[in-house]
Amino acid sequence: MTQESKYMSNRRSVGKVRPHPTQNEALMFEKSAPGKRACKMPPLDVPAVDPASLLGADVRREAGLLPELSEIEIIRHFTRLSTWNYAIDLGMYPLGSCTMKYNPRVNEVVARIPGLAEAHPYRIRSHAQGILEIIDLLQRCLLEITGMDAITLQPAAGAHGEMTGILLVRAWHESQGRPRKKVIIPDSAHGTNPATAAICGYAVENLRSNAVGGIDLEALARQVDEDTAALMLTNPSTLGVFENEIHRIADILHARGALLYMDGANMNALVGKVRPGDFGVDVMHLNLHKTFSTPHGGGGPGSGPVACKAFLEPFLPIPVLVSEADGTRRWDYKRAQSIGRVRAYYGNVGMFIRALAYILANGPDGLRQTTEDAVLNANYIRKKLEDVYELPYRTPSMHEVVFSDRKQAAKGVKTGDIAKRLIDYGFHPYTVSFPLIVPGALMIEPTESESVQELDLFIDAMRSIAREVDEDPELVKTAPHSTRVSRLDEVQAARKPVLRWRPASQ
Amino acid sequence: MPYPANYRYTREHEWISVEGSIGTIGITDYAQKSLGDIVYVDVPKVGDKVTAHGTFGSVESVKAVSDLYCPVSGTVTAVNDELKTSPDRINEDAHSAWIIKVELSDPAELDKLLDAAAYEAFVMEETAA
Repeated sequence: MTQESKYMSNRRSVGKVRPHPTQNEALMFEKSAPGKRACKMPPLDVPAVDPASLLGADVRREAGLLPELSEIEIIRHFTRLSTWNYAIDLGMYPLGSCTMKYNPRVNEVVARIPGLAEAHPYRIRSHAQGILEIIDLLQRCLLEITGMDAITLQPAAGAHGEMTGILLVRAWHESQGRPRKKVIIPDSAHGTNPATAAICGYAVENLRSNAVGGIDLEALARQVDEDTAALMLTNPSTLGVFENEIHRIADILHARGALLYMDGANMNALVGKVRPGDFGVDVMHLNLHKTFSTPHGGGGPGSGPVACKAFLEPFLPIPVLVSEADGTRRWDYKRAQSIGRVRAYYGNVGMFIRALAYILANGPDGLRQTTEDAVLNANYIRKKLEDVYELPYRTPSMHEVVFSDRKQAAKGVKTGDIAKRLIDYGFHPYTVSFPLIVPGALMIEPTESESVQELDLFIDAMRSIAREVDEDPELVKTAPHSTRVSRLDEVQAARKPVLRWRPASQ
Repeated sequence: MPYPANYRYTREHEWISVEGSIGTIGITDYAQKSLGDIVYVDVPKVGDKVTAHGTFGSVESVKAVSDLYCPVSGTVTAVNDELKTSPDRINEDAHSAWIIKVELSDPAELDKLLDAAAYEAFVMEETAA
């Protein structure tokens, strides 16, 4: 038993065994003691009312079991927990497919302007013109970037946008006579795509990728028929590969009355370079919390606008922002063919402000530069690591690069082990075992935020781990070694999850 | 682990063993190895109709959730309840840890499935790719 694990096993019998307070933190419930208070209420200056007289049988008979702590204990508790986090503000976060780019501070400053931060969705129209103008400007920017005709900002995240988009597809097909039956999804797709199609009432048909990780046009042509509602395509794909034949893919679908849905999660590789609207996409979603630098990964909320071609516009969720002749704007609720609301109010407005701040701060040339830097960074990593990690698809990479653990697996070390070891080097792990079409995938997306110095540190770490796999595979298989807790039993956590704290007596 | 010669296989890595009109269905050893530690198996109910090539459930591992494709059409006559609490049985012995039993509605569908040798060759091809 190592010194480290001896300490860990002593934790239950010795109250404080670790040198630093942030390393040893009990649950709030465990720290609770009767009578502790974080605030003192003033004496009651209104008549006391018996709750039972108002609530009747619904009145609570026993007090809820809530922890009792003083204010400083609460502050310390959450401050300590916060130091356990890894964040983009601490270092590189190369989580492929997630575009964990830096969230510029100016976005936060702008979003906190009181007139914006405190705007109420029910304020009267004449007082809301400022924020409506912001929403309108963001919509117009996103339409210009995507080359689409109409947009809704309502969806609260990417998967929510997917659902909204496929509901538009369904509504359009219904208006043409019948909703059709199936949605085709490539095997390289995000897992949310098949879930979206299924929840919108479509059967999911899998489409196998070809040898270069793209869509096999002949297979697609055979598969698309009169029952096909749409193809859901991520472009660039989850392999970080651009579908060069995207316009032909669109033609195959359109010839049979099917639509092309694009998952815009990887727009970070396209902004300012090409526009989905120009290569045949009918409807797509964007992730403001990826491409347009609003926070995510616990910092959210997300935002998943859906942009579409003009023929889908009548089906957009209500309300739709419209401009009046006098230059003012209002929400239009009277839209007979609308799929209805997909979210309360107008979406996550705070994210719209941040995304617009990012777009305006960069401008067209800046956004184009951002895209180029994201692609350059991914290819820099690819070039510097391709001799030590296997590259299953040699097609040029866009904003992310996917390696496989084939060489390391020969020594019994899997992608998950390498990811854990990366934590010891001070980096957040890359995306593990995804996309599924690459066995043992290491999916790395540096984004444009990283300097060459930080990229070199990451590359050094990855090369060092590859050496360790050759010299001392156990070191990697048992990683991480420098963290507060050692490797967790993920299998047991999934098979027998403990979802809540329970008092010892239960 | 060898692929039993009396089983038939799908290209989606399910196996079926038939006795009389009842087919017993599970996933192959190759499938369990690719998935890794299985943590949950989602199965249909007894009496549900299943169709050849249609999905009849899913297996969840620490890596991914994968659909289960039915080798044949028919009606579910039994589900393996043991997998509810011990999904790891599939990792231990995929070729004996069955998932569902199906009353076949069209035994001719069996002819379209792979035999052990053809499946083994298919797996070799998949892993080489």
